[in-house]
Amino acid sequence: MSEHSVELREIVKRHGTTLAVDHLSLQVKRGEFFSILGPSGSGKTSTLRLLAGFEEPDQGEILIEGRSMRGVPPNLRPVNLVFQSYALFPHLTVAGNVAFGLEMRGVPRAIIAPEVRSALDMVRLAGKEERIPSQLSGGEQQRVALARALVNRPAVVLLDEPLGALDQQLRQEMQLELKTIQEQVGLTFICVTHHQEEALTMSDRVAVMNHGRLLQIGTPRDVYESPSSEFVAAFIGVSNRLSGRIEMVTGTRCTVRVPDLPAIVARVPPGTPEGALVTLSLRPERVHLSADIKLDGFDNTLQARIHKTIYNGNEIQYLLRLTDGLIWKARVPNLGGDHKQFQAGEAVFVRWQADEGVVLSE
Amino acid sequence: MTGQRRWLRSASLANLLFLYAPIAVLVVFSFNASRLSARWQGFTLQWYQMLASDEALFAAVQNSLLVAVVSTMIATILGVSAAVGLERSHFPGQRLVDGALLLPLVIPEVMMGVALLLFFVMIQVPLSLVTVTIGHAAFNVPVVMVIVRARLRKLDPALEEAARDLGATAWQAFRRVTLPLLSPAIIGGVLMAFTVSLDDFIVTFFTAGPGSTTLPLKVYSMIKSGVSPEINALSAILVLVSMALIALSLVMQRVNGK
Repeated sequence: MSEHSVELREIVKRHGTTLAVDHLSLQVKRGEFFSILGPSGSGKTSTLRLLAGFEEPDQGEILIEGRSMRGVPPNLRPVNLVFQSYALFPHLTVAGNVAFGLEMRGVPRAIIAPEVRSALDMVRLAGKEERIPSQLSGGEQQRVALARALVNRPAVVLLDEPLGALDQQLRQEMQLELKTIQEQVGLTFICVTHHQEEALTMSDRVAVMNHGRLLQIGTPRDVYESPSSEFVAAFIGVSNRLSGRIEMVTGTRCTVRVPDLPAIVARVPPGTPEGALVTLSLRPERVHLSADIKLDGFDNTLQARIHKTIYNGNEIQYLLRLTDGLIWKARVPNLGGDHKQFQAGEAVFVRWQADEGVVLSE
Repeated sequence: MTGQRRWLRSASLANLLFLYAPIAVLVVFSFNASRLSARWQGFTLQWYQMLASDEALFAAVQNSLLVAVVSTMIATILGVSAAVGLERSHFPGQRLVDGALLLPLVIPEVMMGVALLLFFVMIQVPLSLVTVTIGHAAFNVPVVMVIVRARLRKLDPALEEAARDLGATAWQAFRRVTLPLLSPAIIGGVLMAFTVSLDDFIVTFFTAGPGSTTLPLKVYSMIKSGVSPEINALSAILVLVSMALIALSLVMQRVNGK
């Protein structure tokens, strides 16, 4: 058996004239929580539907557990999908919904009952077996949809925007719970989402897609700390940007020359030539603000004026005016006490370490 | 506010009166002892007794029920299939088929009757209960289809996909998920088709042969020799039956809607 649970080889899928999936290749390891992250129209949902078997690729091959899925209908694939709308059967009870997959596979009744019970236990819905879906809250419906997939012990559980319909607080709880359940059952999960926080929190690895193409694949830390392109940097979290030209490269560091600003030192990907036009990307929470003109230990210092102060409770967000047309964001944890809060109009020094800034080629 | 409410109440009362007064008169006079229906001359059940012993009428009722049951069955199977086919798949010429299937709803019934008659004559099928049944099924297919399709359009297509994903074949998914969810609409369609068939006159008139007189045809031929209290009695029974059918359909829909 191959170590990969799922392997996509050069998948192409057209919808009419648009290329929904463009030569997509990737591998998902067994037992991994894998997320495909992208905006709407990025091809992530098409990819999921191709895996589930609702659509066939125009080119390329899908392997699940080493077996080619070409021509295999959805009912014979070792995958189960948790639908975005949950798609619970409204005429069946919770138990009836969860038992559906086992019944279709001809599992004897005597075995179905305990299986359904343990699946519902796992998603903490014991005692709600005889309810019908419309009597459940959104979060409970989501759990039923999950139990309905898990009970079949598929090789791969597919999740389509699993937490999209839940409110913010429930969403955060479910992120942790989903990850815990995945570790418990040890199945491969492939989750499609446009929600970067969701992907980063739950996943072992994340694939970022846009316009049907795979842009970057890696651990949450990889894609957040070292985005490979401007799109990834902007899509995953907020980032401050500066455009400039590389003046000098020394090892893994470079000096970037930006018009009207002092030279900036940053991390540079190997092979970037001197003189290249680049974008510097910096996360707002990595910015250090201070009114103190003399402060050592930082590689970069810029002068700015506070444009706006936004109080978020747990943190304070500042909009900083660097030059006339250039606004940056800074996020500072709200530590309370006598920690200084800057007011609009105040002059500040913006400082950061060279390694926090990532240089992206254009 | 209250003035408006009072106005609304009297408007609906007037409506009820407009709709049901003639029927009420008819029911009342079915118990009238007078043969000339205009004046009340005491209570009697004799017209109902006469009905019960009228064999020709009884045969007409039997014909009507037979035609209604069989044509409704045919129309239901064809109508549900057409609804599912048109709603869940795409094929070239679909819009043409779509329009053509709805045509019987809008073309005048007389034309439909004439067309069916000409068709049966042309292919040399003798007119009988069979041709009446085929005629009724033809105009009932779109009736069932329209009702079922409206419901189908409201069903989340992901439900069928979920069933497929959970290991159901296309047929199992239809049988276990789509069909139960369509059942209120199908029952509605069945009752509608049954009622339309039961009281259809025009198409029946053109497609009926000797010995295939249905109830509406029979009533028409009876009325040619004057309105007898017997017809009043018959109509009273029909009203009762229709009301029972409608009540049943409402109850069924409420049970299903839960």
